[in-house]
Amino acid sequence: MKERELNLEVHHVTRVEGHGNIYVNVRDGIIEKCEWAIPEAPRFFEAMVVGRSYSELHHVTSRICGICSIGHTLASLKATEAAMGIKISDQDLKLRKLALHGENLQSHILHLGFLVLPDLLGVGSVIPLASSNPKEVKTVLRLHRLANEMSDLLCGRTTHPQRLIPGGFSKIPSIKELTAVREKLKGSIPDVQAVAGLIKSLAPKLPDFVRETEFIGLTSPDEYALYDGKIGSTDTSGAPVNEYLAFTNEYIVPISTAKRAKHARESYMVGALARFNLNYDKLSPMAKETAELFDFKPVCHNPFMNNIAQLVEVVNSLEDSIRLINEIEAAGLKSQPEYNNPEIKVKAGRGVGAVEVPRGILFHDYTYNDKGYCTKANCIIPTNQNHGNIELDMQSLLPKILDKSDKEIELTLEMLVRAYDPCISCSTHAIKVHFV
Amino acid sequence: MKPKVAFFDFAGCEGDQLQIANLEEDILGLLDQVEVVSFREVMKEHSDNYDIAFVEGSCTRLQDEDRLRQIRKNAKVVVAIGSCAAIGGINSLRNYKELDDVKKTVYGDSAKLFDAYAARAIDAVIPVDAYVYGCPMTKDEFLHVVKALLLGKKPDIPTYPVCVECKKNENVCAFERGQFCVGPVTRAGCNSCCVNEGTICWGCRGLVDNPNENSEKEVLIKNGLTVNDAISKFSLYFGWQERKK
Repeated sequence: MKERELNLEVHHVTRVEGHGNIYVNVRDGIIEKCEWAIPEAPRFFEAMVVGRSYSELHHVTSRICGICSIGHTLASLKATEAAMGIKISDQDLKLRKLALHGENLQSHILHLGFLVLPDLLGVGSVIPLASSNPKEVKTVLRLHRLANEMSDLLCGRTTHPQRLIPGGFSKIPSIKELTAVREKLKGSIPDVQAVAGLIKSLAPKLPDFVRETEFIGLTSPDEYALYDGKIGSTDTSGAPVNEYLAFTNEYIVPISTAKRAKHARESYMVGALARFNLNYDKLSPMAKETAELFDFKPVCHNPFMNNIAQLVEVVNSLEDSIRLINEIEAAGLKSQPEYNNPEIKVKAGRGVGAVEVPRGILFHDYTYNDKGYCTKANCIIPTNQNHGNIELDMQSLLPKILDKSDKEIELTLEMLVRAYDPCISCSTHAIKVHFV
Repeated sequence: MKPKVAFFDFAGCEGDQLQIANLEEDILGLLDQVEVVSFREVMKEHSDNYDIAFVEGSCTRLQDEDRLRQIRKNAKVVVAIGSCAAIGGINSLRNYKELDDVKKTVYGDSAKLFDAYAARAIDAVIPVDAYVYGCPMTKDEFLHVVKALLLGKKPDIPTYPVCVECKKNENVCAFERGQFCVGPVTRAGCNSCCVNEGTICWGCRGLVDNPNENSEKEVLIKNGLTVNDAISKFSLYFGWQERKK
């Protein structure tokens, strides 16, 4: 084979949230550079919230990300509630879990249907699919709308929730609204099966690539952990969330661009695949059946399978939402005052909140003074934790595909990035940016 | 021929572009009316040949100005979507602090690596033809503005405060419930959505035309806020608008 020459610069990888660049240089068959760089404008949220009241922090930090604004709001509320010793009711806990399922469904369906499917069908976007595959596109749109209806109902709207506040909810849905959504969720099972069937038929297009890595995510003995749990790892024993810094170990690589994280190895991965690998046993029965369709078992080290893990989680969130609404119905939905504004005993302290958002484990860590104003904040975002793993995957994948055309290499590397479903706006709230 | 449209994003959460995906089945109708030639979040293809540019996010550093000017040059119509682009938005919260301190808080010793200036609305850099306010913008208002533009009309955006809509919705006033709200000085058009959901107006649509800010601050203080807290209510979303004056 002629010695391979390749100069690849993909500026602003498309069909991902935020701006990321791929740089590859191959000379005489030797890889000189293979980098994943982030040129997104930094946004300084940790500085912005200093001096703000505990009653506003969830509102401000929700704006870190439009796609996972529910997750940011919940991580923020949990940190504030931990700092001030605020407890929420069992009913509110269930409603918050439903809100998180709504976001997980919305985000995963958007990613699989709008961002990944075009790669598998060999087109540049979902737009041509609207005319070439109208049935499939409409199925995806229906599921997406249902997920948004759920978020609307629990949060007051789909993006940047309103009803979620310190101590509980400003307003809750009626039992009639909840059971109506439950019936729609039940009715959507054929749609989900249709999407699973479609992805199954296209799954051979996902590269068969394996690089062993560590997976980190919340784990719980009681459930498939999303809202609560302790930090778990496929490599080491777990720890309570307030020990998160021992897991995230953020560091800076001078030639690379982003603040990254590592734990037991050079890098680790968070997200649907990490959760699947850590918590497979706790998946709902139908979710496990979906995994079996793909012969998908833990621990899976193929990052492209994150797409399939998201599909499995769609089924899990759907089934678990039905279960949660059944439980709320059985217990009898307790009403609360209009414009509910739980009284908070403000006190000084520090609290850490961790939540599994669509792209992985998210930490918010706040310190408050005795007047309830934030004096220090730290947010560690899933995509930040994945940047290092993405680049190491690229460096491992590239030599295996060097015999392919430039175009195929570019597409495969882009597909790798997309498989992580990166959320770069989120991650640049505090990323180290350095231009190469 | 269908007008060509393009979407661009600067410093923001991309929550406004997400509202386009949230149009669900209406997307298909929209695609009958316009041709999308660039939308990095959802498509690989890109073209610089477009009639209408929708821009999300604030301008927060000098290096982004060239990109904005290029968009202005290419487009016949530029629309600012969402609070960050339209009024500076939540990003301008940092404008109240010393920029060097802000950078050091987040980036420590590496702060000098970063190019950043006061967060601003995009009309601080280029002329803007239409605005879709809100954090995030609503789907309905986006469709309203798009329809108006396609018909060559001026979009109908309220010039009265949120209180008007809130009263119409028969909400109990936040002040009567012992809470604090900037609805009296915030541009309506959201149908008082946050108060309807049991909370307060945070001001995300920016100051209404000719707001009576001093009177609002007096009301906040009269109802028990300290002067600093009253000012802080204004800094959440009005940072760039206040600075401009």
